Amino acid sequence: MRTHDHDHSQNQSPLHEHDALVAEDEAGNLLGQQMVDALQAILVRKGVLSPGEVGLEIQKLEAPGTHLGARIVARAWYDPAYRSRLLRDGKSAAAELDIKVGEAQLVVVENTPAEHNVVVCTLCSCYPRSILGQPPSWYISKAYRARTVREPAAVLAEFGLYLPDDTAICTHDSTADMRFLVLPMRPTGTEGWTCEQLSRLVTRDSMIGVAQPLSPDAHLAPKTAAEEHP
Amino acid sequence: MDRRPVPPAITPPATARPFGPRFDIGDLVRVIDLRKPGHVRTPDYVIGHLGEVIQRCGLFLNPEDLSVGITHGPVVALYRVRFPMAELWGGPARHPRDTLCIELYDHWLEPVDKVTR
Repeated sequence: MRTHDHDHSQNQSPLHEHDALVAEDEAGNLLGQQMVDALQAILVRKGVLSPGEVGLEIQKLEAPGTHLGARIVARAWYDPAYRSRLLRDGKSAAAELDIKVGEAQLVVVENTPAEHNVVVCTLCSCYPRSILGQPPSWYISKAYRARTVREPAAVLAEFGLYLPDDTAICTHDSTADMRFLVLPMRPTGTEGWTCEQLSRLVTRDSMIGVAQPLSPDAHLAPKTAAEEHP
Repeated sequence: MDRRPVPPAITPPATARPFGPRFDIGDLVRVIDLRKPGHVRTPDYVIGHLGEVIQRCGLFLNPEDLSVGITHGPVVALYRVRFPMAELWGGPARHPRDTLCIELYDHWLEPVDKVTR
């Protein structure tokens, strides 16, 4: 692998030293990727891994997505008895829908007019990955992690979520073995909707607690030409 | 709270039994400062503060042990504990019922007498 064949002696200006911080190979792989590739090559050569194994694991990691969480929320909106079971034991209730929660337990916290819930992991990036997939980058950012426990209302406002003054906020710091799912309030104007229809209003952000679900009007509005032909 | 300089780690108090949940829902607890280095799952901002146990989550291997390869236990009880925001950060909170709920392992908690608090 040729990564370093040009002459540095002519390029000693601070500008070029700065450029050197980003190390790429010919394929454009950043340093971290190069190290992972090198480690993987060694493990394959030593027979610890087979070549396809890493790809399969990555696929497994990336397979879950927000659609799983959305199905759970929609079902809870649709079926009050299911909602009760979900609030009591999230993992078992998910299993009823053939959704496997890989973590020890899924704690479902319900938004009401009196209290809004928002989830953060101050220490790292604990997240209900088995039902929401990988967390968004802002969830892992130091700013979100530090500020959501200290000034949740200000953080929510930056997401465009302005709560009524008489709605209390409960911040859940996900630090250990539990994982948290916010059950948002069912949007009004969805009476008679099926689970499938309801699930389309459930967004990732609404299940973390930084947004409300989509409104039925926005969802049902005919698509504009720009949306159909982006 | 300024916790530096950090003195050497101290052993947990004798009340911190590794087995079985000591606390029940509704119990008041204070988060103690074990000053443990390593893979600690108790963030600084709750240390020293008074909260209420709202859920018993079960028994889990201690992540402080797991991080250094001790996988045989003992297990420790995990709780969800709720703190008023004003308790954590001082000053009037945005809303008197604004709270923070966090998971804490048994050995980081000490009982608080409801009467003498």
